[in-house]
Amino acid sequence: MPSELHKLTIAEASAKLRKREVSALELTRDCLERIAASEPKLNAFITVCEKEAVEQARQADARLAAGDAPALCGIPLGIKDIYATKGVRTTCASRILENFVPPFDATVIERLRAEGAVFVGKTNMDEFAMGSSTENSAFGPTLNPHDTERVAGGSSGGSAAAVAAHECLGALGTDTGGSIREPASFCGVVGLKPTYSRVSRYGVVAYASSLDQVGPFAKSVRDAAIILRTLAGKDPRDSTCSARAVPDYERALAGDAKGLRIGVPKEFFVEGMQPEVEKAVRAALKSYESIGASTVEISLPHTGYAIAAYYLVATAEASANLARYDGIRFGLRASAEDNIALNEITRAEGFGAEVKRRIMLGTFALSAGYYDAYYLKGQKVRTLIRNDFERAFEKCDLIVTPVAPTTAFKLGEKMNDPLTMYLSDIFTISVNLAGLPGMSIPCGYDSNHLPIGMQLIAPPFAEETILRAGDAFERTGAFKSR
Amino acid sequence: MAETKITLEQVRHVALLARLRLSNDEEESLRSDMDEMLAYVDKLNELDTKDVAPTTQVGEAGMPMREDEVTNQPAADAMLANAPSRDRNYFKVPKIIE
Repeated sequence: MPSELHKLTIAEASAKLRKREVSALELTRDCLERIAASEPKLNAFITVCEKEAVEQARQADARLAAGDAPALCGIPLGIKDIYATKGVRTTCASRILENFVPPFDATVIERLRAEGAVFVGKTNMDEFAMGSSTENSAFGPTLNPHDTERVAGGSSGGSAAAVAAHECLGALGTDTGGSIREPASFCGVVGLKPTYSRVSRYGVVAYASSLDQVGPFAKSVRDAAIILRTLAGKDPRDSTCSARAVPDYERALAGDAKGLRIGVPKEFFVEGMQPEVEKAVRAALKSYESIGASTVEISLPHTGYAIAAYYLVATAEASANLARYDGIRFGLRASAEDNIALNEITRAEGFGAEVKRRIMLGTFALSAGYYDAYYLKGQKVRTLIRNDFERAFEKCDLIVTPVAPTTAFKLGEKMNDPLTMYLSDIFTISVNLAGLPGMSIPCGYDSNHLPIGMQLIAPPFAEETILRAGDAFERTGAFKSR
Repeated sequence: MAETKITLEQVRHVALLARLRLSNDEEESLRSDMDEMLAYVDKLNELDTKDVAPTTQVGEAGMPMREDEVTNQPAADAMLANAPSRDRNYFKVPKIIE
């Protein structure tokens, strides 16, 4: 059996599986061994599904032997613990759902199962996807595989770390304000947040429903395209999910960037950014020019207001979405004499500090007398931010920015200062407010050998542009992941 | 911060609305965190939004229609498997009526 199977990309592994050079069981066992070896130091998984994964791998091998082999058949994936997985507990990294076992699968889980994908486990995250470092998990933080004194980013930090450490070949995350792109950047992997409504959210625990989106983590842009192809598309169980036809994203990878007009927003290169981050992104822009793309300075004038608008809109939606955790039908229940006390004590014991903070802010922003000044104001500014992008895309096909102002920060560094933590999403949050697709790809390292990510942003439903451009950058060889 | 954006009384009222029982320490730290956030979001008032329509929908315009058909099977046991307390096919809660 060839060694280090876990280091393969999905495209490579898929080819070997189809040629029967390796079996899905060998590949899955190799990843499970890798998980056993890495987890004591990373904590990327909340639940490892060894038994289920082995069974799925056996079934995948049967399909492969019969010549029925979709692209993800037999591929070991990590699943953020925010996706309902039938028969496997789904905690959302919260005490309130610690023992919740969903009786159903999320739509994207169903689709991956139908392709024969293998789920090696449920990955760690910030509780209810609220956070930028995975330190808000009730199951302890995930550590960065590049430096275990540093965070993996968040909220999908477990998925990012698992892919970076080769515990699985790809993973699912969710992104509400940067929760796929920021951890991808911190861990040095590819992370794609598709257009709002491109992928069904059915069975995904809701944080902020007008911002949440499902997306993949992968070791290459091609792998991200392969996963997205399976995830995307109409779902009668999510009325916001787009009915647009799903292109074959892998075919969009033409291998060049000729004629692409890349917009560079002046507001995204600001003081306070780690100089090495700016340098790496500027160098990547030069690489693009060398392969036939052009760059043009653009302006997104309301960028500085995005975080303020986000924390009104997102927390308001969260306060409504999290009302369902009442201790009555599922999840934790505290003992109490009457029902109001039961609700209050259950929620007090079940939610962590950051979740309480956001529920409180959101409830306040929606409460009588404050709705117009806060929630409505946030939604109006959101319109201005969307208009900024619309105008910018008249001059360019794609926008390139840093993903985060810094590389991965140290554990505990921002935990006592919520606002500073929120500011780490300054470059990603406006993309969610505007509902656009955005992808993080590795483009360099800082002097501490920590990965730097570049963000590619496109107009709605132009994932193909992002993927083509990302793949073209990878092929220049200007930057090699370590 | 010169001006206080939110009082302890307001924090207690919001906690009641949100059904969160807070300790005294939590009330104080949430008051201070919310105060900081509300002062931060004040920057939105630099923008004149008198004539700006609020965002009400993000994806594509309109709502798809479908037939109202039953597609799932009755599954009371599966639904109740996660109930913290049940009695036959009911969720059990503390007594509501005196």
